[in-house]
Amino acid sequence: MINLFYISTEIFLSLAILILLLIGVFKNKSELFIYNFTCIILLVGLAININLNPQFPIDLFNNSYKIDYFTTLIKSVILISAFLVMLCSLNYVKQNDILKIEYPILILSSILGMLVMVSSNDLIVFYVGLELQSLALYVLAAFKRDNILSSESGLKYFILSALSSGLLLYGCSLIYGFSSSTNFDLIYQNSESIEYGIIFGIVFILVGLAFKITAVPFHMWAPDVYDGSPTSVTVIFAILPKIAALTVFINFLYGPFFEMFDQWQAVIIFLSIGSMVFGAVAAIGQKKLKRLIAYSSISHMGFALAGLSVGTNEGIQNSIIYLIIYLIMNIAFFCCLFMLKRENQYFDKVEDLSGLSKNHPLLSLSLMIILFSLAGIPPLAGFFAKFYIFTAVIEQSMYFLAIVGLLSTVIAAFYYIRLIKVMYFDEQKEKYDLNHSIGLKMILVISSIIILIYFINPNLINNFVLDITLI
Amino acid sequence: MNFPIISSLILLPSIGALFLFFINSKNITGIKYVSLFVSIINFLISIYLWLIFDQSSYEFQFVESRVWIKDFINYKVGVDGISILFIILTTFITPLCILSVNSSIKNRLKEFLIAILLMETLMIGVFCSLDLVIFYLFFEGGLIPMFLIIGIWGGDRRVYSAFKFFLFTLLGSVLMLIAVISIYWIAGTTDVEELYKLGIDPKYQNLLWLAFFSSFAVKTPMWPVHTWLPDAHVEAPTAGSVLLAAILLKMAGYGFIRFSIGLFPVASEYFVPFIFVISLIAIIYTSLVALMQDDMKKLIAYSSVAHMGFVTLGLFTFTQQGVEGGIFQMISHGIVSAALFFSVGVVYDRTHSRRINDYGGLVNVMPKYSILLMIFTLGSLGLPGTTGFIGEFLILMGTFKKSFLVAAIASLGVILGAAYMLWLYKRVVFGELTNQKLLKIIDLNKVELSILTLLALSIIFFGFYPDPFSNTYSVSVENFLNEYNDKLKNYNLQNQ
Repeated sequence: MINLFYISTEIFLSLAILILLLIGVFKNKSELFIYNFTCIILLVGLAININLNPQFPIDLFNNSYKIDYFTTLIKSVILISAFLVMLCSLNYVKQNDILKIEYPILILSSILGMLVMVSSNDLIVFYVGLELQSLALYVLAAFKRDNILSSESGLKYFILSALSSGLLLYGCSLIYGFSSSTNFDLIYQNSESIEYGIIFGIVFILVGLAFKITAVPFHMWAPDVYDGSPTSVTVIFAILPKIAALTVFINFLYGPFFEMFDQWQAVIIFLSIGSMVFGAVAAIGQKKLKRLIAYSSISHMGFALAGLSVGTNEGIQNSIIYLIIYLIMNIAFFCCLFMLKRENQYFDKVEDLSGLSKNHPLLSLSLMIILFSLAGIPPLAGFFAKFYIFTAVIEQSMYFLAIVGLLSTVIAAFYYIRLIKVMYFDEQKEKYDLNHSIGLKMILVISSIIILIYFINPNLINNFVLDITLI
Repeated sequence: MNFPIISSLILLPSIGALFLFFINSKNITGIKYVSLFVSIINFLISIYLWLIFDQSSYEFQFVESRVWIKDFINYKVGVDGISILFIILTTFITPLCILSVNSSIKNRLKEFLIAILLMETLMIGVFCSLDLVIFYLFFEGGLIPMFLIIGIWGGDRRVYSAFKFFLFTLLGSVLMLIAVISIYWIAGTTDVEELYKLGIDPKYQNLLWLAFFSSFAVKTPMWPVHTWLPDAHVEAPTAGSVLLAAILLKMAGYGFIRFSIGLFPVASEYFVPFIFVISLIAIIYTSLVALMQDDMKKLIAYSSVAHMGFVTLGLFTFTQQGVEGGIFQMISHGIVSAALFFSVGVVYDRTHSRRINDYGGLVNVMPKYSILLMIFTLGSLGLPGTTGFIGEFLILMGTFKKSFLVAAIASLGVILGAAYMLWLYKRVVFGELTNQKLLKIIDLNKVELSILTLLALSIIFFGFYPDPFSNTYSVSVENFLNEYNDKLKNYNLQNQ
């Protein structure tokens, strides 16, 4: 029984999904109730998860599932951000006719999949978790059924994702074939002599994972899917799967494959440089905010990967700080998108921001802070995120990566300040609505303030990751 | 621990800005008085700091150190004889900028003053930070308010100028960030005092020096990366131009002394010919360009580039006179260029034209203005009796010690400086009053008169009596050069 106790977060979420499904089936017009109830479930799940935080690492079920400080932290981050996302997108969901009972339930099941992914210590468990989260996300992408763009994005995501899952499975089978185990610890023990089969396996697995975090050159789906999906789903795409997939990256690279550091380091550096540069250059021409943020997130993932490529504990810790700051900035950015509405119509073009500062000074002030922070201008939080990453990178004398990364931030700064230019220097347009929910406003204000005053005491966030030592 | 006087200098303007944020933007007088009050208090604190500053010591004084990022970076600030003067310059110019908004800023006054006050915080922070990372934060943070000042309140081509300013400066300084982090891993600390003691391994110095140089060269600005400056100056509102010319450009000059020369003596010595050549190009070339301008602000902007060329020339002579001259020239240029931009702002507010051809014969309608502008013109071209003379004279003296040829060419720049400034004055103030619009122009009002008089008085006073400044920095400069020569000697001994 002790085993089951440690996975009570996952058990709780599974039971909640089943009960919510029953409620949805038997009770009429229960959509809103289910939605709100899901938010509460996420909070309760968070509380359970934090309570479980074990003093020492725990292996469960024949060592195929592990719970330690690192997984608990990441799970908490996933649950918190899921809660925030649900809270800030409620009005959008209501007004776009996508408030059906399935919507919150699908989100919950994809989160369950992520939790399994994060904790997995076995290839099969990992794959089950990955598919659970992906299947739910395919449906979510196409959730606005009568909208052609949304259907297209769902289909596109499904097909390309299936392809990447196939590659990933092939990689898993190669690994199994050459190390004769699916368990991470056993793979680590069996793969001490470097075999080409295992290296091929690693590359295929990395390709599959790179697809999930939209690293170049496996990013092609991201702009279309981001753009076509309803904004409330885009915000999920931009945050949750990336946290989970990057954690799996860490679990893989610094777990079973750490012996092969020299082999995979080049791959990660390539992915990282490609994403940083491509994300920065391609976003310049974008006219829609959602596409722009898609490219921006590609470039941000490049920075997070740069932290992983150094092979030190500092690198991992700094990548996680980067992720946390990235998700705060992204949630705040999407809150601003949810506020650009007029008579139930939502706007997401760059030109819709024009002259925003005259009509909505506070909204544009927060958006400006967020954008400067995304661009990495000191003293905002986004700067520190990059600063930590490059500290870790330069420690290992990887100057080329550092210089390319920093030059790409200069290119990226161009399109972020272009948005600020549109908001502050251009002619004003009609006003947008002001009747936003309190939750949305609170999230925007609090996250902007966190971004703005992070520099006063950076230790508050940094302390969370100090204990993460995987090597 | 004593009262944290430096931190309060840094924080006070930000607190004032926060205060302004909560004032209703319709209450214009309230906003003006609050910001003016805050900046004047800050000026008084800095004067008090100057009075209790021990001029006979070269040590950093009023040092505050706190843990900031655990096991990594300490928040450390302090002043020595060099930095304190720049702090006073900043706190002196800022209230004048705030006073000047009366006539030049028509919309979003509250946001403008918030930006100015935030700028003041960042600028003071640059001059007193004793940790490389803290320095970088303040140095780069200035981009945000300045970008907004140029972009929101600027002229017709403000978007282009704001982008150019932002991207040029950012591109320069990311390389500095890499250098800062590298120093942390090479030397194990980013504390400037510690680094002075430890020294940095000479084999890394050249690359690190170049990385810092890329940032400071853009900010100074040195030829050939000076092109953002004329655009930024021309489009920025008066107060923005003043801040840019008077203080922002000095950050780079200060950075050269404190970091480039202080941390990398071997590399600095190595790159002296390089600096001399591009400084000379800056002096001669931009002076010639200035001669051809028909836009007053652009002319003054190019003259700034030339004057900053003198500064870098002086600093890299590594002689007592040269370095002191460089520092004095920066302070002097801070006052003079601020005064010139205020003067252009005065006529621009009345006629909305910066073209020199639209003026002429102003002396007939604006006698007070003409007198003051004369003083500023003479200050800029370095007439004996003004601050401009002392700076240029010392720099040229220092340069003569190093190289006759360089000094001779640089002296040409002084002549060219006189040419374009006097010609500007002649075309604007003397001659026939041809433009009919100018007939209705009114002379200076009380606020403008008091701003310009204050600046004129300080130009003349410190021109005749530079001791308050030179006493403050001389001990620090002397020690600075001694340490520099010691480090260089050690290096040469080791190599033999």
